[in-house]
Amino acid sequence: MDLPITITLMDIRAIVPELTLICVGLIIMLLDLVVKKKDLVALAGIAGTVLALFGTYKLYGVTDTQFVFSNMFVLDGYANFFKVIFYINLILTICISIKYMEIEKSSFGEYYALLLFATSGMMIMASAADLIVLYLGLELMALSTYILTGLMRKQPRSNEAAIKYFFLGAFSSAFLLYGISLTYGMTGTTNIKEIAFAISTLGIADNPIMYLGLIFMIVAFSFKVALAPFHMWAPDVYEGAPTSITAFMSVGPKAAGFAVMGRILMGAFGDMQAQWVTVLIPLAVLTMATGSIIALSQTNIKRMLAYSSIAHAGYILLGIIAGTPEGLTASVNYLMIYTFMNIGAFAIVIMLRSKGFQGENLDDYKGLAKSHPVAAALMLIFMFSLAGIPPTAGFIGKFYVFMELIGSGYTPLAIIAIIFSAISAFFYLRIVVYMYMKDAEQEIVLTQSPTMNIALAVTSVMVLVLGIFPSFLLYFVRYSIMGY
Amino acid sequence: MPGTYIPTDYFPVLVILLIASAIGLGALVAGILVRPRRPYAQKLTPYESGNPPIGEPRSQFSVKFYIIAMLFVVFDVEAVFMYPWAVAYDKLGIFGFVEMMLFMFILLIGYIYVWKKGAFNWE
Repeated sequence: MDLPITITLMDIRAIVPELTLICVGLIIMLLDLVVKKKDLVALAGIAGTVLALFGTYKLYGVTDTQFVFSNMFVLDGYANFFKVIFYINLILTICISIKYMEIEKSSFGEYYALLLFATSGMMIMASAADLIVLYLGLELMALSTYILTGLMRKQPRSNEAAIKYFFLGAFSSAFLLYGISLTYGMTGTTNIKEIAFAISTLGIADNPIMYLGLIFMIVAFSFKVALAPFHMWAPDVYEGAPTSITAFMSVGPKAAGFAVMGRILMGAFGDMQAQWVTVLIPLAVLTMATGSIIALSQTNIKRMLAYSSIAHAGYILLGIIAGTPEGLTASVNYLMIYTFMNIGAFAIVIMLRSKGFQGENLDDYKGLAKSHPVAAALMLIFMFSLAGIPPTAGFIGKFYVFMELIGSGYTPLAIIAIIFSAISAFFYLRIVVYMYMKDAEQEIVLTQSPTMNIALAVTSVMVLVLGIFPSFLLYFVRYSIMGY
Repeated sequence: MPGTYIPTDYFPVLVILLIASAIGLGALVAGILVRPRRPYAQKLTPYESGNPPIGEPRSQFSVKFYIIAMLFVVFDVEAVFMYPWAVAYDKLGIFGFVEMMLFMFILLIGYIYVWKKGAFNWE
């Protein structure tokens, strides 16, 4: 008997970026044992990410769409673009966490190794052409983020968040597996392309069991990207986790969830578009409503940003509902912009955290413009961008999503989205009002570090540049998704 | 054709399942209906072989046990993977060898890591 599996050099070459991150993660675990200064470990993490980024760049040049590992893993512009989002997320997260984790007395080398493992899991998700590979990547990402959430071992809040995240994450994994097994039972395959083929040739798009499998998968992804009514974990977990991990979680797993959502809904279930659109529209409306309205009453900035990220997931979902490649382009474009503005906002939140001072209450932002004008100005930019006010990038992101939505004929939905967007402007601008128009109640000391300043500079410049010259990014996204 | 398959062979299993649930539920319901109910304090205390119960049944014990148990599971699973690999070694050839070596190498890094971190240190 011959072994049915053969792995060629082409296969190995396609996963070089993932392998790089995992190898660097392992090296970091060993490095952590001998190196006392954790800054060095963090720098090794950044170096590894840059190396992986270079690998993706090299592969980007060679391939249009390439299926490897017996059609289980795909290398295309869509996956590569998402990988770039993950790299940016990872590098910025490392930059903002070095000083912060020292203040929290949780400066472990494992932190950086787990960040790399989680990111490689996301990359596998983005490249998955088979539901089993997708599940593998999802678990690698999820298990790493559960540990990262509970990393502040001495704080009950962090432990509670990790347990909650773990239980609900395990729950959603079960949903995903149930959906996969139903789909497999109906189509006889777990390969995304073959599922699409089976649905069209067998004519089972109207089959209720198919519908059930689809709904189970949507529920699982809704948990991961925190769509209402599956968002309950998000505020507690985002509040309890280390703030740098909150920044990481609110971008990375969300982007990975949308990556697989786009690939599976449009790739595998393309023939069932009428069915999944009817499921997603109520989800999107509920998500935007929950995120925008509950955020109004929050007094903790991490919770407020958690609800804000729920609302943003709703806007990103709108592009997928549009159901066209252009709609998907708008969503992916939005995700990239969201990465910069959200991490930027969390970077300011982290700066307010200093020894013996939590700096998480909205009241702590009162009078920030007088004592720290630069930080306040940067926060102003991020808040304007999250609210979607021109000339920041957030406006451009929302503009394209709403435009594509109207182009696909969902005008009422676009109007609802714009109304909720206007509501959400209230709580973003409240922070601006606090910073510029109120007097400080106490003296605020900002925690600065060189890497933090770099991260802030990059995010704020990108938010402004992408807001003023949006066509560059959009062209890049369109080019990436073209082959998809 | 997928989607039209009805597993008729499993019908007896379904019947057994229904009968078993009916017997289980029936016994409980019959018990509730038939038995006299005269509770008093002595009767309601947990049964510990005649001794009066002392303290909570749950007690804290050291987290070290968890760590050892977790490490045991990890390396136990490694051994489980190696049995079929060793049996089918001549069929798997060089590919199987390289795969298993990679697997063991990654676990080796984990082993060095937990050792250096002092997870095996009981004190």
